[in-house]
Amino acid sequence: MSLINSVPEMVLTSKVDAMLNWTRKSSLWYMLFGLACCAIEMMQTGGPRSDLDRFGMAPRATPRVSDLMIVAGTLTLKMALRTKVLYDQMPDPKYVVSMGSCSNCGGLFQLAYSVCDGVDKIIPVDVYVPGCPPRPEALTEGLILLQDKMMNEKWLTRSAPLTVA
Amino acid sequence: MALSKELREAVPAAEAVVSTNAGGEVLKIRAGAAFDAMTYLRNRTDEPFNQLMDLTCVDRVATDRIFEVVYQLRSLDTGRRLMVKASVAQDDPRIASVASIWKSANWGEREAYDMFGVCFEGHPDLRRILLYEEFEGHPLRKSYSYLKRQPLVEERDPIANPWPAKDLEPR
Ligand code: SF4
Repeated sequence: MSLINSVPEMVLTSKVDAMLNWTRKSSLWYMLFGLACCAIEMMQTGGPRSDLDRFGMAPRATPRVSDLMIVAGTLTLKMALRTKVLYDQMPDPKYVVSMGSCSNCGGLFQLAYSVCDGVDKIIPVDVYVPGCPPRPEALTEGLILLQDKMMNEKWLTRSAPLTVA
Repeated sequence: MALSKELREAVPAAEAVVSTNAGGEVLKIRAGAAFDAMTYLRNRTDEPFNQLMDLTCVDRVATDRIFEVVYQLRSLDTGRRLMVKASVAQDDPRIASVASIWKSANWGEREAYDMFGVCFEGHPDLRRILLYEEFEGHPLRKSYSYLKRQPLVEERDPIANPWPAKDLEPR
């Protein structure tokens, strides 16, 4: 039986939660937030070779339509204020991926007078991707981990416990 | 040396001394006469130093109780390079701005002001260039503790003091 003809007749059963989570995780729009050298690797991840579009991810230039903020690069104290404002502008549900040593913990600049050692001091982070810079494969794995995490969420249950994959 | 003799005749108050260091010419001048000396160097008839390549500052408070303002000059006609140094006092670091002589001095002087607190008198717009307005102190001075931080937003230690669950869980 050919698939083409059978699909219109098919019935799929699923949980509403699972379907909602599946739709959300399959259209993650990420805000372009490159701060330093890691941004080059983030662009590479979005580029044709390790194509992020196949996960339904599209880069956005404004926080107001984004679901995900990939903090790629060194977060200076001057930028930390802007980062907080941009994060607050994103609509719920929102996720943060911290990419690279610099945004994880300050990296090799953590003793500098002007560098915020860790973006998690400013905003909550869902996935940390180590590396200086992380390769596109590493960032892709981090994003897949985030998708796994999203599949375990229960948005329709009040105060459901959060299970992390 | 020829250049120091020439400058001593043109601008005697500068008390110019030329030495060589690592194959380059170093000219030390008095900070009070820096503007006249620099104007002269810019407008020499043969071989004017018509490019200011860089302008920085060095903290020598620990040894000499001074800040040293360093100008890197170059002559576009012959390619000759010259490093000019002027010392300013530690407790009142002031020197005349050379932004009216070389346009490229504008941002260099703002950076030296930002990092070392040297006041360039006559600068058109002496504000911080790299750090934020709220920053207090001048971070490249040796007296500025390298552990000091001046964050603009509230920071929390996410290990000792994790983010509240409402920020992480579905609502
Ligand atoms: S982690 Fe490394 S590559 Fe990434 S921003 Fe920091 S220094 Fe650059």
